[in-house]
Amino acid sequence: MCCRTCYTHLLSQTVNQRNDNISVFRYIDWFTVALYLLLITAGVFSIYAASYDFDHASLLDNSEFSGKQIRWIGMALGLAVVILLFDAKIFDIYAYPIYAIVTFIMLITIFVAPDIKGSHSWLVFGPLRFQPAEFGKAATALALAKLFSGYGFTLNACRKNYMYALGLIFLPVLLIIAQRETGSALAYLSLFMVLYREGMSGLILLAALCAVVFFVVALKYAGTLFLGITCGEAVVFGLIMIIMVCMMAVYCRQMEGARNLFLAYAGSFIVVLTLSAFGINVPGMAYFIIAILAGCVYCGFLAMHSRARNLYITIGAALVSVVFLFSVNYAFSKVLQPHQQQRILVTLGIEQDVLGAGYNVNQSRIAIGSGGIAGKGFLNGTQTKLKYVPEQHTDFIFCTVGEEQGFLGSTALLLVFLILILRIMFIAERQPSTFGRVYSYCVASYFMFHLAINVGMVIGLCPVIGIPLPFFSYGGSSLWSFTILLFICLRIDASRREHLTY
Amino acid sequence: MRKYVIGGFIIAIVIIYIIRLLNLQVLDNSFKDEADSNAFLRKAIYPSRGVIYDRNGNVVVFNRPAYDIMLIPRDVKQFDTLDFCHTLGITREQFENRMRDLKDKRLNPGYSSYSPQTFMTQLSAEDYGKLQEKMYRYPGFFIQKRILREYNYHCAANVLGNIREVSQADIDRDSYYSRGDMTGDLGVEKSYEKFLRGIKGEEVLIRDARGKIQGRYEDGAFDRKAVSGKNLKLSIDIGLQQFAESLMMNKKGAVVAIEPTTGEVLALVTGPSYDPSLLVGRQRGKNYAALAKDWRRPLLDRSVMGAYPPGSTFKPTQGLILLQEGIVTLGTSYPCSRGYVNSGLRVGCHPHASPIALKPALQTSCNAYFCWGFKSMIDRKSKYGSVAKAFEVWKNYLVSFGYGYKLGIDLPSESRGFLPNSKSYDGWYGEGRWSANSIISVSIGQGEILATPLQIANLSATIANRGWYITPHVVKEIQDTVISDDYKKRHEPAINRAHYESVAEGMRMAVLGGTCKGANLSDIEVCGKTGTAQNPHGADHSAFMGFAPYHNPRIAVAVYVENAGYGAAFGVPIGSLVIERYLKGHISPERQHVLQNMLHTSTIPNSEPKKR
Repeated sequence: MCCRTCYTHLLSQTVNQRNDNISVFRYIDWFTVALYLLLITAGVFSIYAASYDFDHASLLDNSEFSGKQIRWIGMALGLAVVILLFDAKIFDIYAYPIYAIVTFIMLITIFVAPDIKGSHSWLVFGPLRFQPAEFGKAATALALAKLFSGYGFTLNACRKNYMYALGLIFLPVLLIIAQRETGSALAYLSLFMVLYREGMSGLILLAALCAVVFFVVALKYAGTLFLGITCGEAVVFGLIMIIMVCMMAVYCRQMEGARNLFLAYAGSFIVVLTLSAFGINVPGMAYFIIAILAGCVYCGFLAMHSRARNLYITIGAALVSVVFLFSVNYAFSKVLQPHQQQRILVTLGIEQDVLGAGYNVNQSRIAIGSGGIAGKGFLNGTQTKLKYVPEQHTDFIFCTVGEEQGFLGSTALLLVFLILILRIMFIAERQPSTFGRVYSYCVASYFMFHLAINVGMVIGLCPVIGIPLPFFSYGGSSLWSFTILLFICLRIDASRREHLTY
Repeated sequence: MRKYVIGGFIIAIVIIYIIRLLNLQVLDNSFKDEADSNAFLRKAIYPSRGVIYDRNGNVVVFNRPAYDIMLIPRDVKQFDTLDFCHTLGITREQFENRMRDLKDKRLNPGYSSYSPQTFMTQLSAEDYGKLQEKMYRYPGFFIQKRILREYNYHCAANVLGNIREVSQADIDRDSYYSRGDMTGDLGVEKSYEKFLRGIKGEEVLIRDARGKIQGRYEDGAFDRKAVSGKNLKLSIDIGLQQFAESLMMNKKGAVVAIEPTTGEVLALVTGPSYDPSLLVGRQRGKNYAALAKDWRRPLLDRSVMGAYPPGSTFKPTQGLILLQEGIVTLGTSYPCSRGYVNSGLRVGCHPHASPIALKPALQTSCNAYFCWGFKSMIDRKSKYGSVAKAFEVWKNYLVSFGYGYKLGIDLPSESRGFLPNSKSYDGWYGEGRWSANSIISVSIGQGEILATPLQIANLSATIANRGWYITPHVVKEIQDTVISDDYKKRHEPAINRAHYESVAEGMRMAVLGGTCKGANLSDIEVCGKTGTAQNPHGADHSAFMGFAPYHNPRIAVAVYVENAGYGAAFGVPIGSLVIERYLKGHISPERQHVLQNMLHTSTIPNSEPKKR
């Protein structure tokens, strides 16, 4: 047994040594590489357009952001080739050591990094500076993949496995929050998507989604009243009722119970509406709470008869939701900082503050909105040229695309990113090893998060969270970080056939 | 299964974002305008406002450039303050006080270190010259040119009007304006605003987020030159206007003089008036507020906005209507026993021969004659069918004379006066339950009837022309433009010319030996009619209407002085002085005492009467 393992190990090593360069470049996913090259090229042009100066302008000028970015890209390509020349096993074998080293660097960063715009996340070496948090992404992905590829590891096997996985994710998150770079820290939360893929209950993601939706709805519609409570609260109560019915139907497979509950809710709601139409005001708070509690009692009654554990979860979800709703206002006013409250209110469109917190968002919306269908043309955008949009070559680079390339260009960019993400997921699914699959999903999750949050913030759908758009935003750290993430994934993928050789 | 959930999730997000982009970029166009107003500084080039001349070519209103020193606090750098103060002729303390006041949010609520602030306004041309050479030494300061209106004659404020900064309401009404523009207020400045203002030019500059100008957009390809405002030539004789205003000093009321053949207004005076140059420049706001608060209401142009009972100046219309309707002939006489007495009703009159025919009735201003005439017209059911129908016939004649509706003078806020119609009497008395006696006072220009001095002057012009009038107007010519046809068309009330001759003769008789003897000039044949209008505000109003010369008249006037007693007391002397001044250019020595008397008499109490 032992000999055989050694033997196969030796065999694969010799195969690798012989065919290394050839096999890598034969089996590498050239489609993804093409998307990568397309994106970084478009990125350079966008940075050039965003930082274009009327007086002196040259794409390659080293003093310009675009010129600097080209140098970063040159080095990133070199890095990519180096990664491809590594043995795919290296990443598997050294996953934990890499994680340990990068985490250690992040820890040091907290203490040695200078204050740059309020965050302590940059390590400075003379003219060069980089953000360890960006490289932490790849390290965390590798460590997580390593954890899952452990012999016989199943996430749902025991609670300890969850602790390991969450520990791997939250260690860098905490370190980055300590560096006051909350936006980057949030990116790590996208790894929950990977946990879901590897067996975590979808209820957790659903709960997270509900939490966000409840939060937004409760705050956004806090101004108007309905049945004596705010519209936001009424809508959230309604959503809780709908979720209860849906969970009973889909999750607990209690079709009859779900139907009864639905009829009871709908009927009572219509009665309340009719009464209020005739001027008899039913206290909304009392109605909704009584209705939801009655629903829970009904679920409990069904559960006693059918012994369906899922019904208890439904009851729990409903009660937690109600409690959550009550704590939203408290959390919003007591927990969040005033500037965070402000950002959220502005993003939700509750407050119009075009000169203060909403300036960035408003200006970026103006820039994008003025682009029209086909855009103003390369270098013809007035808003970004004239520096109306702050951080336009970094976090708000999507504005430039929107303004100069219009709806067609920005949609095309979104689609290219979508194709890239779906391609990475496709790559992940074809991996023979758990390591490769988990790692690739991590990469896809990071891309998803960055795309969704960055573009969402620029077009005014998400709060302003300062994270870059992969391959587009100016900056070496983020470019290198995403290049490393992507090319490790490609390198692992290129070796997928080695599993078949023996 | 789970990979599809994840894939579906990201696809859903991308679709939501594409819909959002579609909405932002394709469906909603408002962002384009915002982007333009962000990036393009459309700097207005102000045209010079049209100059206003009087009928003889005298410059009445013109433009004077004024210079304001502005500063953008952020851009102000270290400079030689002492030199700056010296050039402007101010002390160091004044400079520091001003800078401190600027930054005081209480005194200057609009303060922002990014936006231009006014340091000093209305620099003289010399100071401007001195400063301009040194301007480069004072970074952050710049000079802004403004246009101020200058008035050569300190009169005719009601005709000329003034200019003010546009309000938000103006901007909403007319997209031509933007904040800080000037627009006409009152007078021809308002009614001819579109001609006077010219067309603003525009310079398109590119501006970055800091407000710094980056250059001209497309090298000025989209710039537009300003087009100067059109000059106006008023029909006003500014000398006559000044003269008449001096007569109306310390009197409430109005004088209107019209050239009958053209409808051109020669003088349009309201009393009390004010110096138009009060409403210029820095002091405008304060002065305007003071004028608006003044209990004598100098801002009210009584000549076109004041609606008064016309009193006996109304009688010529009655004569014309009665003759035309065949109710009376020149030979018809009515009795007057110190008044009109009929079924318990009495309208008083003063002593004169009785019975009396039309011409002497006009001469002596007999109330009884016109009451009887009115009664026999209104109550003649055999001719008109009913009182109401007769009254409508009567009213329609008056409408054709220009009563009851706006005449259409080219000034803002004209009043229409008031003419009752049969429906209003039906409403007050009940249908068919009123007769001539119920409303007898309208026959002598009292009761419900109200007319503006302009309408009275217009009647005078109509009689002077023996049967037609042209809508009175104060603007004679507009540079490079033809004035509206409304001011060329003759309006002819349906009354025979012969009847006008009779009425004119009656009015001539009034001057020769009747109520208007004071207007009897040795060398000009004046025709006139006094009016003494009872009113609920105190003493009778003194009124006069007339024209001269008797044949081929060149001027028709109406004078109305509030609470000044008999028509002969103020109306006649003022009217005759205006006529004499216009036709001869001066007042003859034997009439100087009349002039002095009018110049130095006040009919306004010294303080506001107590409200009863």
